[in-house]
Amino acid sequence: MSLLRAAGLAKEFGGVRAIEGLDFEIRAGSVFSIIGPNGAGKTTLLNLLTGIYTPSAGRLWLDDRALQARAPHQFAAAGIGRTFQNLQIFFNMSALENVMAGRHLHERCSVAAALLRAPRLARAEHACRRLAAELLEFVGLGAYAGAAADALPYGALKRLEIARALAGEPRLLLLDEPAAGLNPSEIREMDALIQRLGARGITIVLVEHNMKLVMGVSDHVLVLDYGRKLAEGDAETVRNDPRVIEAYLGAGGD
Amino acid sequence: MRGLLALAAVVALAPLALANNYHYEIAILVGLNAIVCVGLNLLIGYAGQVSLGHAGFFGIGAYGSAILAARYGWPPLASLAAATAAAALLAWIVGRPILRLRGHYLAMATLGLGIIISIVVTTEDRYTGGPDGMSVPPLALAGFTLAGERAWYWLVGLLLVATVWLSLNLIDSPVGRALRALHGSEVAAEVAGIDSARHKLLAFVLSAAIAALAGALTAHYAGFITPGKVGFLHSIELVVMVVFGGMASTFGAVVGAAVLTALPQLLTVFKEYEMVVFGGVMMLTMIFMPKGLVPTLAALAGRRR
Repeated sequence: MSLLRAAGLAKEFGGVRAIEGLDFEIRAGSVFSIIGPNGAGKTTLLNLLTGIYTPSAGRLWLDDRALQARAPHQFAAAGIGRTFQNLQIFFNMSALENVMAGRHLHERCSVAAALLRAPRLARAEHACRRLAAELLEFVGLGAYAGAAADALPYGALKRLEIARALAGEPRLLLLDEPAAGLNPSEIREMDALIQRLGARGITIVLVEHNMKLVMGVSDHVLVLDYGRKLAEGDAETVRNDPRVIEAYLGAGGD
Repeated sequence: MRGLLALAAVVALAPLALANNYHYEIAILVGLNAIVCVGLNLLIGYAGQVSLGHAGFFGIGAYGSAILAARYGWPPLASLAAATAAAALLAWIVGRPILRLRGHYLAMATLGLGIIISIVVTTEDRYTGGPDGMSVPPLALAGFTLAGERAWYWLVGLLLVATVWLSLNLIDSPVGRALRALHGSEVAAEVAGIDSARHKLLAFVLSAAIAALAGALTAHYAGFITPGKVGFLHSIELVVMVVFGGMASTFGAVVGAAVLTALPQLLTVFKEYEMVVFGGVMMLTMIFMPKGLVPTLAALAGRRR
């Protein structure tokens, strides 16, 4: 069953076609990877799937229903979460609060209740705090719960973004280059973390340059080049596709 | 909550140090400015949206309540409530389009809003008395008139403690977390499901209403109001108090308002050099405490421990 489907998706920036006529289908419970050379449109595509950009053309279906969301927060409410390639951490908050903020969609809190410190709010806050601590533990940051976000090392911030996204309980989680800038042992940990996410039943879209990681975890790979689909299929098929080898892997890729 | 108790204690014990009506007057002005700054800090310090027009909302509260009470004979409490609601409504209407702007552009838009309100106040002299100002009836309820510095001191002190309590509650809730999140990264906040437009508007309307309430109280307390309180310079003063005390610190806003309201009075000993010394104190504070007074001192105290 497809969780997300795109048809004829396109995005132009003043005449530059970043994404052109893209069709694809993401099966529920799968790891769907998007690869391609720099500038192929991978991040643009993620921005289209989260409402940060509005498509110039094309349509999206979630659960075979046309996606009505317009603003990014509506995409989040529809069940799509993401992380960012260039970190978007709330540096003015602690690590734990970052994850708690990610819980926003599941917190029912009127302004009046907030101003007057309604008693039931304290219980909800307590539950939110506990869940956030569990998620930090899950991504391997249990030791950092109380730390200010700007005191965390780079590799930890990458995982903090994942914990924050998980707090929203997304059905579809988009990871934008989660392994970029990590050292080999951190990449192995990230690999294991992505496997654990899959085991939780979350559908994952992975944009990544590290081919070993991609080929290891992906159920399905979509190859982009100049905003168009170059090839797609399982890791083995894509790896052996001559067009992919020419455009991407052949050019010095590992 | 310890901070709130400390503030309540300061408000309760300060009269021991207030020797005369002039001291009370300074304390009341400190309190009124602090109320405005606590509200403005929700917008600037927590939500990260600058406003250079909040004296305009202060002015709508002051003039709105003054005009309704003096010209139309409304009971002052009703005029106060109506003027506050009017400022909140205006903030809600204007906030929707201008809060789409960011950074300098938002600053420019709020600056323009403040200037428009200031011009209206100055030119509509039929209602406002124009540049000469207008007198304002005292606050009264059911025949009892609030008069005298001491009575006003307790009213303002109580309101300040209440405002700080509400502000602390808000910040310490999911709503406050959403405000801080959109300050940290608006795109990440949106992706986490936070409706950034709605939350910015909330902070804008709340801060405008609080400024208007303090403005109305200031007018009724002073018994006279002039356009100077509505102008650009007053807007800047308010922002400076928030930044000086420490952004994203509710007690910082209180301390900033207290220091910058009281300091000019203390500096009168420097006679004609008063403003030079005042400027110097501010520059040195910002150079050595860029995060503002309270956060810097709190960090120092934390390191000592």
